[in-house]
Amino acid sequence: MTTGEPLIVLDSVNKWFGPLHVLDDVSLSVGRGEVVVVIGPSGSGKSTLCRAINRLEPINSGTITFDGQTLPAEGKALAKLRSEVGMVFQSFNLFAHKTILENVTLGPIKVRGEKPAAARERGLALLDRVGIANQADKFPAQLSGGQQQRAAIARALAMRPKAMLFDEPTSALDPEMVGEVLDVMTSLARDGMTMVVVTHEMGFARHAANRVIFMADGKLVEDAAPAEFFANPRSERAKDFLSKILTH
Amino acid sequence: MHVFADPTNFDAYVSGFLWILKLTGASAVIALVIGVLLAAMRVSPVPVLRGFGAAWVNIFRNTPLTLVVFFCYFGLYVTLGLSLSQELDLNRYWLGVIGLSTYTSAFVCEAVRSGINTVPAGQAEAARAIGLSFAQTLRIVVLPQAARSVIAPFGSILIALCKNATIVGTIGLLESSNIMKDLINSNGDAVIPIFLVFAGTFAALLIPTGYFFGWLANRLAVKR
Repeated sequence: MTTGEPLIVLDSVNKWFGPLHVLDDVSLSVGRGEVVVVIGPSGSGKSTLCRAINRLEPINSGTITFDGQTLPAEGKALAKLRSEVGMVFQSFNLFAHKTILENVTLGPIKVRGEKPAAARERGLALLDRVGIANQADKFPAQLSGGQQQRAAIARALAMRPKAMLFDEPTSALDPEMVGEVLDVMTSLARDGMTMVVVTHEMGFARHAANRVIFMADGKLVEDAAPAEFFANPRSERAKDFLSKILTH
Repeated sequence: MHVFADPTNFDAYVSGFLWILKLTGASAVIALVIGVLLAAMRVSPVPVLRGFGAAWVNIFRNTPLTLVVFFCYFGLYVTLGLSLSQELDLNRYWLGVIGLSTYTSAFVCEAVRSGINTVPAGQAEAARAIGLSFAQTLRIVVLPQAARSVIAPFGSILIALCKNATIVGTIGLLESSNIMKDLINSNGDAVIPIFLVFAGTFAALLIPTGYFFGWLANRLAVKR
């Protein structure tokens, strides 16, 4: 799948929250079209890693490069970069005062300057793709969690992003709704979208990921193909983690 | 009620309250604009703007309004020569509007800022994540949601502003409290009735205002 130079490169990235070293010398590169799943115990820094890639979390040292360009610090250049990186949050974060369709068309109209009619048409097509075209005129609070998360994915896709970041996209969902969101993500992965996915869904990691990253205590502990990682974890930390989650 | 039966007195009473309404109207609009801008500064990522917003609020929220209005007249006009109209009354009026709106904007700013704090942080994060600028995030996503929780406090601020407008009487504008003082001076036998009429007029204006804002806040809150 990987072709040419990598799309996302992190080089010796460090971040502290006060005395807490949340990202400890993390280096990682994600190729174009690659799906990287990040797993690890709570507090291991995996969400922070994900959020650092579009600078929702600034880092203290090291460099992050996206599509050959170092992350800008602030202002227009940063906004432009963010518009090229789709982000899906654990708590959906749909704009509560806008309808589902308005949520999806806001970025294309306000950031890209697309014509409202064209944005609307494409927005409806995207909602159809994630299976909620019939919810277009409702407000977020009227939808189930699974539907909201699919709308949030459509909102990110509407910007035609070069990569998508998923920060625990199914952790806030009722179990019966996890499947519908993972289905959308799997189809995206199949279509060649570059994805960084922080998740606890081991099934998704096994069948959709090209690589699995295991993090613990802010460090990147393992980086392996999913089959290899789940069959033969090398570190004690990963063995311990897997034994705890896979026995149930 | 013989005092208000006299057409001269009645006209003075009406014109006094017209000044109050005009002071309130102009100051409310200006204070709203400045207050929202100050709130935007106070939540902005630029330290200089944050400092400016904080300084404005701390200075004007903690200075007596009488002092602010006095400064507008004796400082801006008498000493620095800022004249806003050839007509004496209109000049006093606009100087009063400057004082009232600078003072009130500090309260508007703090109400808007607390409204912004009721909007979950994820809303702004999602807006930034699709590439909206700081100004767009505030204007399109955060402020419309903050507005709903700011309506009720705005009602209180507007009511306070209307009553505070009487302070412009201290720089010589013939607004309601000045008129009342004049009427009392020349009608010593009717002090209590004059008081009641002026107080009643304020109540008649402001009680419905309070109910209106309460109704509006409820209506918009349900829509969410």
